[in-house]
Amino acid sequence: MLPGVMRLYVAVAVSTFRRYTAYRAATAAGVFTNIVFGFIVAYAYMALWHERPNLGGYGREQALTFVWISQALAAAMALLGGGFQEELQERIRTGEIAIDLSRPVDMQLWWLACDLGRAVFHLLSRGVVPLAVGALAFRLALPQSPLMWLAFLLSALLGAVVSFALRYLVALSSFWLLDGAGVNMVNGLLTMFFSGMLLPLTVFPGAFGETARLLPWAAVLQTPADVLLGRHHGSGLGRALLFQAGWVLVLLSAGRAMQLRATQRTVVQGG
Amino acid sequence: MRNKQHHGGRGRFENNGGIELEDVEKVFTLRRRTGVLRRSREEVRAVDGISFTVAPGEMVGYIGPNGAGKSTTIKMLTGILAPSGGRLRVAGIDPARERIRLAHHIGVVYGQRTTLWWDLPLRDSYTLVRRLYRVPARRFHRNLDRCVELLDLGALMDTPVRQLSLGQRVRGDIAAALLHDPAILYLDEPTIGLDAVSKVKVRGFLQDINAEHNTTVLLTTHDLTDIEQLCRRVMVIDHGRLVYDGTLDGLHTLGESERTLIVDFERVLPPVTVPGARTVKTDGPRQWLAIPADASAAPVVAAVAAHHPLVDLSIREPDVEDVIAAMYARLPRG
Ligand SMILES: Nc1ncnc2c1ncn2[C@@H]1O[C@H](COP(=O)(O)OP(=O)(O)O)[C@@H](O)[C@H]1O
Ligand SMILES: [Mg+2]
Repeated sequence: MLPGVMRLYVAVAVSTFRRYTAYRAATAAGVFTNIVFGFIVAYAYMALWHERPNLGGYGREQALTFVWISQALAAAMALLGGGFQEELQERIRTGEIAIDLSRPVDMQLWWLACDLGRAVFHLLSRGVVPLAVGALAFRLALPQSPLMWLAFLLSALLGAVVSFALRYLVALSSFWLLDGAGVNMVNGLLTMFFSGMLLPLTVFPGAFGETARLLPWAAVLQTPADVLLGRHHGSGLGRALLFQAGWVLVLLSAGRAMQLRATQRTVVQGG
Repeated sequence: MRNKQHHGGRGRFENNGGIELEDVEKVFTLRRRTGVLRRSREEVRAVDGISFTVAPGEMVGYIGPNGAGKSTTIKMLTGILAPSGGRLRVAGIDPARERIRLAHHIGVVYGQRTTLWWDLPLRDSYTLVRRLYRVPARRFHRNLDRCVELLDLGALMDTPVRQLSLGQRVRGDIAAALLHDPAILYLDEPTIGLDAVSKVKVRGFLQDINAEHNTTVLLTTHDLTDIEQLCRRVMVIDHGRLVYDGTLDGLHTLGESERTLIVDFERVLPPVTVPGARTVKTDGPRQWLAIPADASAAPVVAAVAAHHPLVDLSIREPDVEDVIAAMYARLPRG
């Protein structure tokens, strides 16, 4: 038997999962888009890796695998928008947040459970299908060992939590900003670039590359992809997971601090 | 049935369903841009020194014009707004300091907002509510079955909330607010925009819940019929101040307010004359008769029906605004 608190968050995650199952047409359109983009980017990478073999330490097969993992994780990690933050921002803007505040529940964990429910749905729908199509159409460097897949799932889970924690900070900024559009746009751009969605972060040389690989966005996509590609093993795998867990800790704590300020502010000032 | 929890608190009602306010104030500060760099600060005293006590099991109406401070009071009573001054206790708890603990003792229904989840069927919303408040399975099912029956929700359980009509949604919300057996229920304009059938159902249900579980009810509304049928006591708030606290009849007497009897006759008649009423308007076969709101309409109706060919008849309660305006006319503000 799960303790009461866990059951609540499991119920929240399950209900969000089910909410998403209701939007079948949107899901199908999303899967289609991920596949189309997968092909476009795959051919672009093939041209690039033809000119510069071993770019970023990836062989051709690994580069193609990276493309399809990016497409498979794009929706789950909300790399191109989507997810809970727009809903939360809207609730803050309209004052519906008052209803959330009058519930006996921790807001951050509540939304984390929501977002993980969604992420699991998107991994199963918009993740599995594009990756399978990619694997049929190209020769990919996918691992044989179930343990590697398990490590990848763990890394993807940590990545999903990092992604959530970043977007929670963005969403909470709505308590202070009248219009969240600007912050959302900046966050969208940073995420797209620094997650590795455009190009693997390993291709960037020098101090810029070093820095990019240490930022939290790297923990969202680059790290899980490299885990699946087998680029981290032994203690390296441990370090990669620790890198993600570190960002989870830092960002969730920052979210808690911000949440405390935000609720104190609303409780005292109204709004 | 109620899950009694024991805890400290220095309120008069300790851990049961009472509400206490002492000189409670809420001042909002609005900062407005008046120039490129200049900003002006403006204070809105939404609640301006209110004191009252509601005993466990009481049903009290809380009425007043728009912007009077009703919703602000309710927000302070749930703990999502901290008062700027004064002291509040709900079930012995200081709401703003222990919002989450208080949540287990109260239920809140907003007529214009939903606490349900837009995309989820009612049934799933209730499952979440059950997990939120950790309601034991047996109690949950018993309460839910009762709500479903009395609020007529059976056919709606698998409908997503966004597809419900306003009346259905509010009924769904009321059920959600009561699944954890709160000792106190706040309703902020629950009947606004409801159809007649839903209104009757909601009122009947609230009466039952109060009679059975002794639930304390604080109700804001614009419909004096709600008050008349549910609350022996009514409090009137205006500009953040309590201007009346007593019975509805007393308020009517004070405001010299009148109910309107709308009568349709078989044919056009000259203005009828009936003791205890005066005809204020005629339009073809329809006539409007005013009767004092604190008097019974029955003798007037009987007299009209006895002497004239009656087709149809309805009664309109006075508007809250009218009653309050009339009350002011009699009772200069001080
Ligand atoms: N968050 C807020 N910030 C500033 N002013 C507010 C806020 N909430 C309410 N007010 C003001 O306080 C007054 C009382 O509002 P409210 O309690 O909503 O009235 P009611 O519910 O009786 O219609 C109004 O003048 C309203 O504009
Ligand atoms: Mg209001």
